[in-house]
Amino acid sequence: MNAPDFAISLVYIAYALAVLLTFGAILTWVERKQAAIMSDRIGANRAYVRIPFTQVKLIWLGLFHGMADGLKLLLKEDFKPLAYDKLAYALGPWLAIVPVLLVFAVVPFGGTLDPGRLFPSLAEWFGGRTYPMQIAPIDAGILIVFAFSGITIIGAMLAGWSSANKFSLLGALRAGSQLISYELVMGLTVLGIVLIFGTVNLGTIVERQSGTVLGFLPAWGIVYQPFAAVLFLIAGIAENKRIPFDLPEAESELISGYFTEYSAMKQGVFMLSEFIEIAVIGALFVTLFFGGYNLPWMNDTGFVFPGGHAVPLSHGWVVVLQLLTFLGKVFLLCSFQILVRWTLPRFRWDQLLRFAWKFLLPLAIANLVVTAVALWVQQA
Amino acid sequence: MTTPRKPHVRRQYWNEPTMGWWERSYLLEVARGLAITGGVFLRNMGKWMTGRKGALTAYYPEEIRADYAAGNRGKHILTQRPDGRPQCVACNMCATVCPAQVIEIDAAFDPDDPAHPKYPSRFEIDYSRCVFCGFCVEACPEDAIRMVKETPDLPGFDRDRMWLGKEELLNWQPHADVAKPYPVRPAAEPGRSPDA
Repeated sequence: MNAPDFAISLVYIAYALAVLLTFGAILTWVERKQAAIMSDRIGANRAYVRIPFTQVKLIWLGLFHGMADGLKLLLKEDFKPLAYDKLAYALGPWLAIVPVLLVFAVVPFGGTLDPGRLFPSLAEWFGGRTYPMQIAPIDAGILIVFAFSGITIIGAMLAGWSSANKFSLLGALRAGSQLISYELVMGLTVLGIVLIFGTVNLGTIVERQSGTVLGFLPAWGIVYQPFAAVLFLIAGIAENKRIPFDLPEAESELISGYFTEYSAMKQGVFMLSEFIEIAVIGALFVTLFFGGYNLPWMNDTGFVFPGGHAVPLSHGWVVVLQLLTFLGKVFLLCSFQILVRWTLPRFRWDQLLRFAWKFLLPLAIANLVVTAVALWVQQA
Repeated sequence: MTTPRKPHVRRQYWNEPTMGWWERSYLLEVARGLAITGGVFLRNMGKWMTGRKGALTAYYPEEIRADYAAGNRGKHILTQRPDGRPQCVACNMCATVCPAQVIEIDAAFDPDDPAHPKYPSRFEIDYSRCVFCGFCVEACPEDAIRMVKETPDLPGFDRDRMWLGKEELLNWQPHADVAKPYPVRPAAEPGRSPDA
């Protein structure tokens, strides 16, 4: 790996981390405010930052409540339960958050970047090389996603087991069986997309969604696979252990489930990983079903509208538009997940597993079979 | 010969499920629920974006609720004579009847007003202990103390800040505060000079 590649990789990693952690912090605020607005309330609006030496208080619609929460979690006593497995107890939060961050490595957050055209003074250094806006543009994209999201199960189970607490253990068991069940559904729904686009490389999948179907519809995955999109979103919310699937941490039954014995910032890491996973699930859904960074009727040179009218754009504008499009779509998906969380009541435990194995799984398999047959008919 | 007992019927304590196929299909009802909550969200968000208030709650304490009942017993007011002095004659009946003993009155002598020589030089109510029973209003022979519907806005971290004195209790707007006519025109009595 030479110097320009390394520099570009560093920029991408910094961008991805900044985006994910910002989403994690902002989503705590979005969740509060959206829940409040949905239920005719005002929401958190009291925390403020006072500019030093003045009486000017910045409230900014309660945006600083997240900061206050983080500060409080950092300053709390780091309580440790008396009987616990030291190594597993310490590993739990990290195994919960690191795989979630790593999944984003294979998600393309923009089209192809040509740094030589963006910065003409550096053109020689880059030597005309172009880079797909993706930290790891590797062929095994979707497989990496499932490999890493499988690790979060270990995080939840380790945390629950090492706490030496019956509620934690129950939560860990629930987390294990729930995540494995819904991982299966998720994998089967994605197979339909893999069949249609013929690859597991997420970058290629997004590129193949850039055209149009029937002349005007954007060729997004949701047009080909609407059922798979719904099932994927359900399985994704279940993977994230959020209401209506929050049985592992059901606070009315299990205190807070597998992270009952965690306090201070260790508990904060679990919460943060939940919020980051909202964004990551949104990013995956956008990548697979909502055309990734593609705006409808836009390609790498500009807009081409269905009537044949073309609006050319410079490379810089295209890159900025693609980045913003991706962020905007992910934010909409996050908002939708929060809408679901504040609308539906929690499942009962047997209903949860029955829903996965008797309803979602047959639907996913049926969707896969229909897709395969349709493709076979089309190619024959 | 024993009478035949009625067969025991277990009493059913629950209702039969009334869900039809539509409700039981779950996903369709979920979509309907999401449409409802999302609709409420969009409606309220639209109100906020266009500068209106999209919530039913009030900013406390910056905002006074508009929907207090007309007869709500809230903050006390001391009614005034037309020249602005309190109508109170410092008889201490309200302080005596007060079950929470929160009213403190210091009486003073006013030689300039022979009709009402006694007046309160200090009239304080401790709102940290007041129970808002309204007995003081009932007990007052002079209609000198009334209650408006708005609650006293005294949020704070300190009980000492929850006392209201004569100045705060006297600032009232006769037209807005209480719907009774003011001043009550006293019946012309011989031997008593009318106010003002």
